[in-house]
Amino acid sequence: MLKNMLMRDVLVEFLREEMAKNENVVVLDADLSKCSTTICLNDVYPERMLNVGIAEANMAGVAAGLSTYGFIPYITTFGPFATRRIADQLMISICYSKQNVKIVGADPGICAELNGGTHMPLEDIGMLRSIPDIVIYEPTDVIEFNQALPQIQSHYGPVYIRMHRKSPPIVHKDDLKFDLFKAMVLEKGDDVTIVASGIMVKTALDAREELAKEGISAEVICCPTIKPLDSKTILKSVKKTGAVVTAENHNVMGALTSAVSEVLVENYPAPLRSVGVKEKFGEVGKEAYLRKVFNMEVKDVVKAAKDVIKAK
Amino acid sequence: MNYEQLREFAKQIRINTVECIGSLGVGHIGGSLSIADVLAVLYGKHMNVNPKEPKMEGRDRLVCSKGHAGPAIYAVLAEKGYFPKSELLTLNQGGTNLPSHCDMNKTIGVDMTAGSLGQGLSAAVGIAIGAKLRKDGATSYAIIGDGESQEGQIWEAAMYAGHMKLDNLIVFTDFNKLQLDGEVEKINDIEPLVDKWRSFNWEVIEVADGNNVEAIDKAITKAKSVKGKPKMIILHTVKGKGVSFVEKAWVGSHSMSIDAEKVAIAVKEIRGA
Repeated sequence: MLKNMLMRDVLVEFLREEMAKNENVVVLDADLSKCSTTICLNDVYPERMLNVGIAEANMAGVAAGLSTYGFIPYITTFGPFATRRIADQLMISICYSKQNVKIVGADPGICAELNGGTHMPLEDIGMLRSIPDIVIYEPTDVIEFNQALPQIQSHYGPVYIRMHRKSPPIVHKDDLKFDLFKAMVLEKGDDVTIVASGIMVKTALDAREELAKEGISAEVICCPTIKPLDSKTILKSVKKTGAVVTAENHNVMGALTSAVSEVLVENYPAPLRSVGVKEKFGEVGKEAYLRKVFNMEVKDVVKAAKDVIKAK
Repeated sequence: MNYEQLREFAKQIRINTVECIGSLGVGHIGGSLSIADVLAVLYGKHMNVNPKEPKMEGRDRLVCSKGHAGPAIYAVLAEKGYFPKSELLTLNQGGTNLPSHCDMNKTIGVDMTAGSLGQGLSAAVGIAIGAKLRKDGATSYAIIGDGESQEGQIWEAAMYAGHMKLDNLIVFTDFNKLQLDGEVEKINDIEPLVDKWRSFNWEVIEVADGNNVEAIDKAITKAKSVKGKPKMIILHTVKGKGVSFVEKAWVGSHSMSIDAEKVAIAVKEIRGA
């Protein structure tokens, strides 16, 4: 059953089906295919399952070359190696040359947990967001991810998938009709808009319940695609509430907070408070500990919401 | 083409290159002229391409990983009829289809974008794998620079191509011994180059005169006959070959000024050679 699957298993099952249907689908790994479990595809499609070894730059370039030949390559590795390690290869060989490469970077932000600061991408979206035409998508849960993957594949061009390997909490209903390029109002409210992505969507929903106990009505927007940003949905909500909290599993510089701020400043200036990592490197720890260290708990969203309402 | 025709073709590539860069007055002339002969042999004899159908399926591909040699690539493509020769005079002007560094989305006939050194070889490896998966018999060619071979990604690609036994991959090193800042051997020596590539499980063919079309042709023919591994053809070339004042500029020829008067002198020298 979909709800019980890990996110990486949703990816692998999608790839397994697509590789069967479409001989253009190729998967490349850089010695982490056991972690992403794409290694199992090797048993079925060994010719289109390329493990290049620990050489991410070459993986990106080989994928670009395959794309020029009409293939749809998926490169998979951990988030930091899929982005900062190969920033120039992503920029030139993939994006600038307009290749159809899908980039899967596993374990966003603090979800890298025990792999610690070296493996904890808190700047990946910030690095990629200024590259033209790339799509940046952070799946919220497996229900959404399952619907996103076919859309990502049919979209020509580079897409960065900031994928939690395990099982982020389910926030969507079974009847979700997901559009990759649309943000979703999950809960309506009047006093403040909370725009959240990734694991922070559930945190935002929990904060909404806490706020409701104090008579504060928060609208929660789930924003999995940070680029291109669905500014229409966000602006519509902020015009109603007049105040915004962003909640993201990333440094607050460069990613969701920045993207939302840019839209507001240009179109509808409104007070904003951010919840996310602030000028700190990652470190080892379980998610609960890291949320505490980086002030990414439910209470932090509640505090930000109350604070921003005062600033209206 | 026979050898006489290939020599004439190479001359015309040189003339086009000089006129292309001369139209702007400055450009990467040294490293463009050093590969004119290998381009003549590839496009004049070995590559299965069709200028009337630039995206023909199953065609051979060329990745010019030393992307700053764009003017030489444009020179050969224009000569083959991919686009009008008059376009050569638009190099690097705003809105041109011929930018300083090769761009597959701007120039008809360019198979891969390059410019950030070290990346093109990986793409050529991907193309070779693609051709194997398609079983279309295409050959993936690439030209890398000697200075470019200081980039780590070259050796990542080399290792993987050797591992994959990509015998439809033929790569040339334009070993003109010079890079932007000076002599390759003094900055960060890449020798022993033959041993390096051999140890990465490549067939290595060394061409003592990498500006001799006959020797290049024989090397490619031999490379094509070798099965089960990728091939490296090391071309010992002269930077700026064919235009004496560029050759004499030596390390200064990486990017140099060339005015209309010098273009005329260069063209006269190439024609008379």
